[in-house]
Amino acid sequence: MSNQDILDAATLKQDDALIPQSGWFERSETLQKLRKNKKFPTIWCSGCGIGIVMGALIRAIDHLGLDNDKVALVAGIGCTARMPVYMDFNTLHTTHGRALAFATGLKIARPDMKVIAIMGDGDALAIGGNHFIHAARRNMGITALVVNNAIYGMTGGQYSPTTPLGGRATTAPYGNVEPPFPICDLAIAAGASYVSRSTVYHALELDKFLAEAIAKEGFSVVEAVSYCHTTFGRFNKLGTAADMLRSLKDNSIPRSALERLTPEERAANTKIVRGNFVNVDRPQYTQVYSNLVTRVQAGER
Amino acid sequence: MTVKLMQGNDAIGWGAIAAGCRFYAGYPITPSTEVAELLSRELPKVGGKFIQMEDEIASMAAIIGGRVGGLKSMTATSGPGFSLMQENIGYAVMTEIPCVVVDVQRLGPSTGQPTAASQGDVMQARWGTHGDHPIIALSPTSVRQAFDLTVKAFDLSERFRTPVILLADEIVGHMREPVDLPDFKSIHIFEQQVTDSPADYKAFRNSPGDVPPLAAFGTGYRYHITGLFHDEVGFPTQRLDEVDPWLERVNTKLDKHLDEITFLEEDYQEGARVALLSYGASARTARHAMKLARQKGIKVDLLTLLTIWPFPEKQVEALGERVERIIVPEMNLGQLAYEVERMVGRKKVRRVVRANGEMVTPQMVLDAMEN
Repeated sequence: MSNQDILDAATLKQDDALIPQSGWFERSETLQKLRKNKKFPTIWCSGCGIGIVMGALIRAIDHLGLDNDKVALVAGIGCTARMPVYMDFNTLHTTHGRALAFATGLKIARPDMKVIAIMGDGDALAIGGNHFIHAARRNMGITALVVNNAIYGMTGGQYSPTTPLGGRATTAPYGNVEPPFPICDLAIAAGASYVSRSTVYHALELDKFLAEAIAKEGFSVVEAVSYCHTTFGRFNKLGTAADMLRSLKDNSIPRSALERLTPEERAANTKIVRGNFVNVDRPQYTQVYSNLVTRVQAGER
Repeated sequence: MTVKLMQGNDAIGWGAIAAGCRFYAGYPITPSTEVAELLSRELPKVGGKFIQMEDEIASMAAIIGGRVGGLKSMTATSGPGFSLMQENIGYAVMTEIPCVVVDVQRLGPSTGQPTAASQGDVMQARWGTHGDHPIIALSPTSVRQAFDLTVKAFDLSERFRTPVILLADEIVGHMREPVDLPDFKSIHIFEQQVTDSPADYKAFRNSPGDVPPLAAFGTGYRYHITGLFHDEVGFPTQRLDEVDPWLERVNTKLDKHLDEITFLEEDYQEGARVALLSYGASARTARHAMKLARQKGIKVDLLTLLTIWPFPEKQVEALGERVERIIVPEMNLGQLAYEVERMVGRKKVRRVVRANGEMVTPQMVLDAMEN
């Protein structure tokens, strides 16, 4: 089975080893990864997609069989960045936009750890945009999980770097006039080793992409397209959470399906393209630096 | 060791190595860059790590992340970069992550004059980040002190789980003096000792003691760190019964140990009616002026502050009771003089200030003594 086949939702098979079986949650020790005692319920609005991404992340880590002690979740500020507090790993909730910079220091100090930076679209691409491209350029061994709900949710619905043109927000009352960032294209251009996109409707696909990303040595990016029904959805009359979730199903297309279209059809596509876009092996920063230390200590000038 | 001609910035780099610093993240900026250059060369030799980040915000974030992972960490910068670091310095205060921030002060505000000397960041070091908070700032007056105080900065940051600012200046940073550094093996600084089991560990416990030990990530102690107000295990909280004990502990943890934090040099003369009080490069001016005055037969006290923050209130207050006038030379418009005035009253304090990139001269100090 080719990588592409695995990644196509259309060809997902329930018996695929990467896909958790039904009833997994009840049987799985995954539940232990939640800090049950204090922090629940979550701060997220009922119907929010971020919880789906958290579930996918837990399943991906569980699938990889990682030691909780060797996993660090680093987050900035925002709705998405609250995710780590609910999970039983080494969790670092930092300042707005800086998750990747903190994660860089942590990864350098602990190359043996899996470091996952969890960010929203504003956190990762506006205030944190510089850190995003440089972490990718360095091929730092970090997984960047970007939950893209196209809005600043926590502050009440201001337009973000991924708000669509024309979209209404509290700071774009006449419609957004700024073109959005294509997150995956940016990550690819900056040099990420692994780049995938899916949506919170396609939760099992997210599991798979996250597992692949976390397993990757170099800088990996997973864009999880979500929605904010309480702000963006309300301002733009997009309906309930269920309506917005359904629209992710109706308005997204697997990359392989896109590639079967004619060039004209492809050019006219406005749907969210799901799939893996890059999966290459490049020298990972902490390994390269470790080699440098070895050389220097051997007396090389 | 042997005597070497060395500039202050290099002494800071060597002080970091001697103190066990094994991670440096920084961004080039005059007049601090030599610190980064030395550590990029020397850290790999001792198994340490160096990275040049994309800006000072990232540098500050990275060293906190590095310390969370267990490496003693430092960054160095100057005024504009120090301004960019302020938010994450507050994060280090809030999360009680030890780290050392070197600020080799240059003339500001803004880009100012990158190669000109200044002591204009005294108040930025104290209050640059938002919110009430404790902070330690040390200020060297010589190349050897640049080494010694860097070592001290690491020791205090670990002992009190707080960022420590090494408030150097362009003159001390770029000045070359012969120094005989101690054997690095003879240098011991405070090491975290976590005795609780992971199940019992509370990274932010409020008792017993002022400063709970810090466990590194990846060592079996899984816990939460946040810049939000948090409870003893690190979870965000708004409950006053959890927030108030934290506030009480953190905002008094330095006050209870001032004798371990306060470094100063007193050169007092019986019967002196005037005192000179200074720090950093300006302390060299003050010492020169003291010698000239004493040669003329004028009795004068000299107090050199190596610890700027917490401000040595008790010692300055006592000095105010000894003398009629305290002269405070500094390369700003009187930032530390505010503090001296707060302790002894405005009428007793004579500011001798310069904020144009030039040093205060001994003659300016002598003039202030006589008029």
